[in-house]
Amino acid sequence: MEAPLLHLALVGTPNSGKTSLFNALTGSRQKVANYPGVTVERKEGFFVTPLGRQVSVVDLPGTYSLRGRSPDEEITRDIVLGKASGETRPDLVLCVADSTNLRLTIRLLLELKRTGRPIVLVLNMFDIATRRGITVDVAQMANALDVPVVTSIAVRKGGTADLLKLTDEISAQIQPEPQENTWRPLSVAELRATQREADRIIASTVSLPSRPDTWTARIDAVVLHPVGGLIVLALILFVMFQAVFAWAQPLMELLSSSFDALGQFVHDTLPAGLLQSFLQNGVISGVGSVIVFLPQIIIIFLFILLLEDFGYMARAAFLMDRIMGGAGLHGRAFIPLLSSFACAIPGIMATRVIDNRRDRLTTILIAPLMTCSARIPVYTLIISAFIPAKQVWGFVNLQGLVMFGLYAAGITSALLVSFLIKFFMLRDYAPAPFMLELPDYKMPRLKSIAIGIFTRAKMFLQRAGTTIFSMMVLIWFLASFPQPPVGAADPAINYSLAAILGKAIAPLLAPVGFNWQIAVALIPGMAAREVAVAALGTVYAIEGGKEAAEQIGQVLATKWSLATALSLLAWYIFAPQCASTLAVIRRETGSWKWMATTFAYMLALAYAASLATYNIAVALGAG
Amino acid sequence: MTDDKITRPQISTHMPSGSPSSLPLGLAERGYSGVIQHLSASDAGSALSDVELESRLIELGFVEGAKVEILHEGIVGRDPIAVRVDNVTIAVRRREAMAIIVA
Ligand SMILES: Nc1nc2c(ncn2[C@@H]2O[C@H](COP(=O)(O)OP(=O)(O)OP(=O)(O)O)[C@@H](O)[C@H]2O)c(=O)[nH]1
Ligand SMILES: [Mg+2]
Repeated sequence: MEAPLLHLALVGTPNSGKTSLFNALTGSRQKVANYPGVTVERKEGFFVTPLGRQVSVVDLPGTYSLRGRSPDEEITRDIVLGKASGETRPDLVLCVADSTNLRLTIRLLLELKRTGRPIVLVLNMFDIATRRGITVDVAQMANALDVPVVTSIAVRKGGTADLLKLTDEISAQIQPEPQENTWRPLSVAELRATQREADRIIASTVSLPSRPDTWTARIDAVVLHPVGGLIVLALILFVMFQAVFAWAQPLMELLSSSFDALGQFVHDTLPAGLLQSFLQNGVISGVGSVIVFLPQIIIIFLFILLLEDFGYMARAAFLMDRIMGGAGLHGRAFIPLLSSFACAIPGIMATRVIDNRRDRLTTILIAPLMTCSARIPVYTLIISAFIPAKQVWGFVNLQGLVMFGLYAAGITSALLVSFLIKFFMLRDYAPAPFMLELPDYKMPRLKSIAIGIFTRAKMFLQRAGTTIFSMMVLIWFLASFPQPPVGAADPAINYSLAAILGKAIAPLLAPVGFNWQIAVALIPGMAAREVAVAALGTVYAIEGGKEAAEQIGQVLATKWSLATALSLLAWYIFAPQCASTLAVIRRETGSWKWMATTFAYMLALAYAASLATYNIAVALGAG
Repeated sequence: MTDDKITRPQISTHMPSGSPSSLPLGLAERGYSGVIQHLSASDAGSALSDVELESRLIELGFVEGAKVEILHEGIVGRDPIAVRVDNVTIAVRRREAMAIIVA
C-alpha cells in the first residue's frame, strides 16, 4: 500500500526564501522578490521525494510570530494551528531561515515548537552566508534546538538535495498520534525569554565575521539619503515612464505593420463578405490593436521586477513613509501602490500586509487610480494620434512627457482621495506604526526576471485571446448587424445595433465630448480597459468600409477633435473600467459596499474630469 | 499624521535605568550607536497598546543587550529611521523608537 500524502508547510520570517524553496521543490513559478511580504496567500504544490513519497507542500506568508496581526499573518497562523477550515494540519513544518539573519527565525522556531508539530529548521540562503564568512555548527544547532537542521540554497540547482533526503528520513518516522498543542499567544515576558534563548543558541553555534554587507551599506548611503534618495526615486520613476514610451516604439511599429499586412492579406485573399469582414475588422483590427502594446507592457514589468528583485521596494517605502503620511497613507502602502502600476489586482492583494484595517481600506480604495498597464494601450493610442513626437528641452520626448503627466495625475488624485478619506472619515485616527525590515540588496537573477516577464506576457496574450477576443466578436456582431437595407446611402454601420445602442447612450456623454463610437467602446471596456482600444479599432474599421485597413490612430486623428481626445484621456485616469479589479475589491474587503463605493467615486471623478477637460479645451480652441 | 512633531520629552524624566547617558532611541541622531537597556512602551505614545508595541519590537529583535545603530533617517522630521539591530536593518518611526531605551 502506498504511504499517505505527506503534508509540509513552509513557515518563516518574511523574505527568508520560502517561495523560492517552494518553487524549487514543486517546479512552480510563484512570485519571488526581495522584500518582506511578497506572498500573501496560501499556495499548495506537490512533489515526489527521491524515495518516492508523495508530498504536498503549502507556501505561506512570512511572519515573525504566530500572533497573526495582519490578514496575511493570520493565514499562516491558521494553517499551522490547523484552524483553517478544510485544512489538514501539516505533518511537518519546514521553518525556513535566512542564514545571514538567524535571530528572528530561531525565536520563531522556539515559538513554533509549542504547537507540537514536528519541525525542521532549513538554513536557506546558505550560499550568501558562506560568502560572507558565516559558519554554522549545524549538528550542534540541531542539538541545542532539538530539531533536525539542514542547509539549503533555494535558488541553485540541486540546492535542496539535503532537504529532500531529510524529508525521506523523517517521513518514515513521523508518529501518527497527535501531539499536544500548547501554543497560545506569548506574553511579553515569554517573547523576551524566547529571544534570549535564541540569542544564546546562536552565540554558541554560529560564528559571525565582522564583515557586514558593504555593498548594501554603500548603496544605501545614496539611496536612503534624505534628499538624494528622493531624487533617485523620482529619477527611477521618470526613466520608467519615459522608457515605456520611447523604448517600445520600434517594436510596436513592427507589430503594428505586421498586423496591417495580415489584414491586407486577408482582405486580398478572401472574397468580400461577412467572413472577410469578421477576420479583418473583428479579429485582426480588434485583437491586433491590443497585442501591439505587448512591448510596453513588458517594459513596465521589467522595471518593476528589477526594482523588486534588487531590494529597492522596501527602501522606497522607507523614503515615502512620512511623505505619504501627509496624505493619510501608511508607508507599507507604497509597495502595493507601486505594484498597481503593473496591475491593480496584485496591488490590492498586497495590501494584506497592512495590519491596520483603515490604512488597508484606504489603500485598496485608491489602488485602482494608479495607472495600470491596461491603460497604456488607451493612453498610447490617443497620445500618438494627437500629440506630436517632438523633443522638448532638448532631451525629453513630448509624448513621453504627456504619458508621465498622466501617471502623475493618477498619483496626485490617489493622494488627494486618500487625504479626503482621512479628513472626512477617519479624523480621530492615530497613525499606525511603520516597521519594516530593509533586506540586503541582491543581484536580480536573470532567470527569475525572465520567468516573471514571460508569465506576464503570457497572461496579457491570454487575455487578448479570451476576454478581448470574445468582446471583439460581440462588437463586430453588433456593428455589423442588422445589415443595411439595399441601396442605403449612409455607411453600413449606421444601421447596426452598435450604432443604435451607442446613439442611445451618447447624449449622456455628449457633455464630455464623446461621440457614439466612444460610447460603444466604453461598454465592453468595462470588462477590461484595453478592450476599448480594440472596440474602437473594430468600429472604425467597419465604418471605414472595405478599403484597406488604416491604422486606428490615423483614423482617430481625423475623426476626433483634440478636445475629445484629451477628454477621453482624462476619463481613463479615473474610470473604474475593470471588472476583475472590482471583484477583487469585493473579495478583499468582504463587502459589496466598498466595491460599490469604489465604482461610484471613480465614475463620478471620471465624468467630472472629462467634463472639465473637454470644456476647457474647447474654450481654448481645441474643439 | 495627526501631529508631525515628535514629542520630545525631557531627557531628565527618562532615566529609569539610572544610567546618566541613557536615552530613547527616538531622540538619537543619525550615526548614534549603543546598546538596548530596556523597553518602555508606555513612553512612546504609539497608536498600539503598550503590550502590542513591546511584543512587536521584541519580535523584530529589539531586546535588552542588542546593539543598535541609526543608519539613515527620512526627510520629514528626520523620520522614520533605519536602525541596524545586530545584523538586520529595520525601519521604524521615531515615535515607536521612543520605547527603546539605549545607552
Ligand atoms: N542567494 C540566494 N538567494 C535566495 C535564496 N533563496 C531565496 N533567495 C532570494 O531571496 C529573496 C526572497 O525570496 P522569496 O522566496 O520571495 O522569500 P519569501 O520567504 O517567500 O518571502 P515572503 O513571501 O515575503 O515571506 C529573493 O530575492 C530570492 O531570489 C538562496 O538560497 N540563495
Ligand atoms: Mg513568499
